[in-house]
Amino acid sequence: MTKTTHGIGHSVPRKEDDRYLRGRGEFIADIALPGAQNLAFVRSPVAHARLRGIRLPPGAAGRIFTAADLIGVQPITAISALPGFKRSDQPVLASGKVRYVGEAIAVCVAPTRAEAEDLAEQAEPEFDELPPVVDMLEARKPGAALVHEHWGDNVFLETVVEADLDAIRAAAAIVVRRRLRTARQCMSPLEGRGVVAVWDRRLEQLVLHTSTQMPHIVRSGLAECLGLDEGRVRVVAPDVGGGFGYKGILLPEEVVAGWLAKKLGHPVRWIEDRREQLTGNADCREHFYDIAAYADADGKLLALEAEATVDAGAYSIYPFSACLEAAQIASILPGPYTMQAYRCRTWSAATNKPPILPYRGVARAGVCYAMETIMDAIAHEAGIEPHEARLRNLVPAEAMPFDNITQKHFDSGDYPECLRRAVAAIDIPTVRRRQAAQIDTKTLVGVGLSIFCEQAAHGTSVYAGWGIPMVPGFEQAVARLTPDGGLELRVGIQSHGQGLETTLAQVGHEILGIPIDRIMVVHGDTALTPYSTGTWGSRCAVMAGGAVASACTELAGRIAAIGAHLLQAAPETVRVGRDVVASATASVAIADVARTWYRRPQDLPAGVAGSGLEVTSGYKPVRDSGTFSYAAHACIVEIDTDLGGVKILDYVIVEDGGVLLNPMIVDGQVAGGTAQGIGTALLEEMPFDEQGQPLASTLAEYSLPGATEMPKLRIFHMETPSPYSTFGQKGIGEGGAIGPPAAIANAVNDALRPLGVAIHELPITPARLLAALAR
Amino acid sequence: MKAASFDLAYPVDLAEATALLARADSRALAGGQSLGPMLNFRLVRPSLLVPIAGLAALRGVEETAQSVTIGACVTHAAIADGLVPDIGLNVLARVAEGIAYRAVRNRGTIGGSLCHADPAADWPTTLTALGADALTSRGRRIPMQNFIRGAFQTALQPGELLVAVAVPKLGAGARWGYVKACRKPGEFAHAMAAVLIDGAVRRAVIGATGGAPQMVGDAMPGGLPGVVLARALAEAG
Ligand SMILES: Cc1cc2nc3c(=O)[nH]c(=O)nc-3n(C[C@H](O)[C@H](O)[C@H](O)COP(=O)(O)OP(=O)(O)OC[C@H]3O[C@@H](n4cnc5c(N)ncnc54)[C@H](O)[C@@H]3O)c2cc1C
Repeated sequence: MTKTTHGIGHSVPRKEDDRYLRGRGEFIADIALPGAQNLAFVRSPVAHARLRGIRLPPGAAGRIFTAADLIGVQPITAISALPGFKRSDQPVLASGKVRYVGEAIAVCVAPTRAEAEDLAEQAEPEFDELPPVVDMLEARKPGAALVHEHWGDNVFLETVVEADLDAIRAAAAIVVRRRLRTARQCMSPLEGRGVVAVWDRRLEQLVLHTSTQMPHIVRSGLAECLGLDEGRVRVVAPDVGGGFGYKGILLPEEVVAGWLAKKLGHPVRWIEDRREQLTGNADCREHFYDIAAYADADGKLLALEAEATVDAGAYSIYPFSACLEAAQIASILPGPYTMQAYRCRTWSAATNKPPILPYRGVARAGVCYAMETIMDAIAHEAGIEPHEARLRNLVPAEAMPFDNITQKHFDSGDYPECLRRAVAAIDIPTVRRRQAAQIDTKTLVGVGLSIFCEQAAHGTSVYAGWGIPMVPGFEQAVARLTPDGGLELRVGIQSHGQGLETTLAQVGHEILGIPIDRIMVVHGDTALTPYSTGTWGSRCAVMAGGAVASACTELAGRIAAIGAHLLQAAPETVRVGRDVVASATASVAIADVARTWYRRPQDLPAGVAGSGLEVTSGYKPVRDSGTFSYAAHACIVEIDTDLGGVKILDYVIVEDGGVLLNPMIVDGQVAGGTAQGIGTALLEEMPFDEQGQPLASTLAEYSLPGATEMPKLRIFHMETPSPYSTFGQKGIGEGGAIGPPAAIANAVNDALRPLGVAIHELPITPARLLAALAR
Repeated sequence: MKAASFDLAYPVDLAEATALLARADSRALAGGQSLGPMLNFRLVRPSLLVPIAGLAALRGVEETAQSVTIGACVTHAAIADGLVPDIGLNVLARVAEGIAYRAVRNRGTIGGSLCHADPAADWPTTLTALGADALTSRGRRIPMQNFIRGAFQTALQPGELLVAVAVPKLGAGARWGYVKACRKPGEFAHAMAAVLIDGAVRRAVIGATGGAPQMVGDAMPGGLPGVVLARALAEAG
């Protein structure tokens, strides 16, 4: 098979961009159904209270609904089978208690959103206020107010990795310890969430359009909450304007809208606004680490010890649960390093804040920040450059594949080489010279590094252990040859910015050679696509890519059988590719094969390709413990010590994502993730006051990175194939967001070192910098 | 968030606008870049909105030997693009260019900014430093220093509109410094200072203070305002 310029490894322009760039995408708010009424939610203004009742205005019947109306609707419950996990039931409309500001209490139905808000203003919930639990460390203390009284404490789950460190503690020449905090953030895709739901009377089916990353999971969750057969629920995800994990959960609003559509008999529509997103819905990432490392005098890591707390908020979210983040910390904290012993305790704390959701680089951005901070501390104690300390501790290439101390199976790669390339690309000597020549402290310069690996596309063997409502198994794809020789690929994942309509078409093209513009990728509709757990965990290139490849390969076999007959050749002597079936001497176009099978079956003998030209295939990698891409980030920053500003002067990324299906799209993923990582490092923070009130309710207060905050990234690639995926590809969707907080914080602290101060809290805002400088 | 319901009445001229605005509970709508969000958050609930951005009487620009007079509804973008005569050193265009980002500048107006009187906004501080006057629909001419009364407070009376601002031209050899501290470009400032040195005029003003822009006397302020003022002084040379 000869390579064309549209197969794997080529930077094919994104097929979907034509409609996006011309403003012709169809997003949730573009869906206009006749007779649709708009919804607005009455949301709790207090963080913790007993809900005595709701005073409704006259004429509320049929226009305002509360928990009392939702007879038979089940709460959202996401359990984990990890031992000791405490379950929370999240009512889709609050009943009994409210547990965070923004929790939905009632829903109002009106012709327009403004009128629905008019109604919402008139509904008056009556509260007996309770003391709120706002800080995760306070929440863990005895005597704290209880978010879920019957638990007896505020801990969803405690995990323990034990080891005896006594001997190492006694022997270690270097002992370093840090306490680190990362802020609560809000995931902020351009498009918020939204639902347009309608009851289809003919099919007796709920059709729920929603801006989601996982239509099939939402379908299962909706069916369970509403007490419907799954066949009575169809979930459609139109164009989705970014997700990052924010759209990887079942929403209370989805359940409410689904119930209303069935109850009222007309379509209903809820489009989240930015204030709902910021104050009540999109929270993520809030970690506290107390981490210590023991090393020998040369900086060789002997053992790592950590206690980590995650502020999980009020409820366990479906399907990932409230414990994924903290339990992940325990299993991934050691990063890409070797060590002799490891101890870690984690807590998922419940607080009176919105539930936290998994955000791009789940737990990893915080973990990388903690681990790479401690690596710098070791380097400093050992009196060596930070990269030296890392090179002494990274898993060496010869050891691959490598099972690390928490039994993570690193599939392939050369971590030290990755770091060496980053160090070669960033100009450390110049920074050191500038630092040595610094005469005043008005501007300070520093350099920082981070290196990490990213487990992606991990499947059954990993998720079965978590025991959450969703465990990925075989990924399916349907490949269908159309009667005119085009190809339809149907997949249950959701493309919402990743360019999968292009990369999956490239996979189909690679195998069949059908022109890329005649390959259509269909996704985002449970009625049209096979079951899938959806798009999360950087899984699609590996899982959907693998499934499309196996479906197309099977389809190629059937095409070959027909082609062989048309060529009068033996089936084993023909090959499929470049849009034809070829024998040694002749070829026939795939379009002719299609035309013959569909429209002139009389030309074929009985029994040729009797199973048809539509293939459903399931796929699992050779080993499903995940692909491990990895990257080193290196940056140089300049600090304005008057104003507390941090400017990124240079930013280098060396990334190994295995075989790149489409290098341009990979670069886009890396760049986008890095922008978000810069947000984590320097800008994004959702503060709460002591009463649990969120203090950033607009984008004026919640500061997001924009074009002016983005440095020019210099991205370099290594391509070590994964031994386990179809083409050697690895998932890389999240890495960009993982590395920056650590690299930037290390650079800032490198710059501050002459002043004897350091910052151990993210984001590094001007206020925090000026406070540190004042110490 | 969507606004509570209101009526909308487009006036044909300034006289009709002021007549409509005589109604209690009415509000002028210029570029809507501050009023729009306030309406959506239901922080204000006027029963009548009177759009004024299209009124020719509020969009004119006049240049004399001494000053440039800019209609209240001239947009930040028009000033940034140099469609308004320069008072010297390209000062106005440079200030305008630093306000928010282009989409906001396309609609936001110099008059709206002054009447909104957000302490962190650019025009109140800079126009105070430049010694500009506010001209109102009741024929009043008010020095900027007296026009901005406090945070979100001006000298306008109910039903009175700002018609234009008159900005004196700079003399030869004038020097200007303007520095804002913001977390990122286009954000409202956390501290700002403007300095004008023009012949006998030596004016330093700090803004984003939580109240009206403050003239600085002999004492240097401390903290962040002091830092930005030092930089503005350095910029003015
Ligand atoms: C995202 C964003 C960022 C921003 N960043 C900045 C920034 O960095 N710096 C900055 O200075 N500003 C900033 N602004 C504010 C912007 O400059 C506004 O345009 C300006 O403050 C208001 O002007 P407007 O024409 O939009 O007035 P409107 O919003 O229409 O009106 C504001 C108020 O003034 C009254 N009003 C308007 N015109 C008149 C008049 N002629 N007579 C009497 N009353 C009148 C209105 O009734 C209303 O009360 C930002 C705005 C946004 C949305």
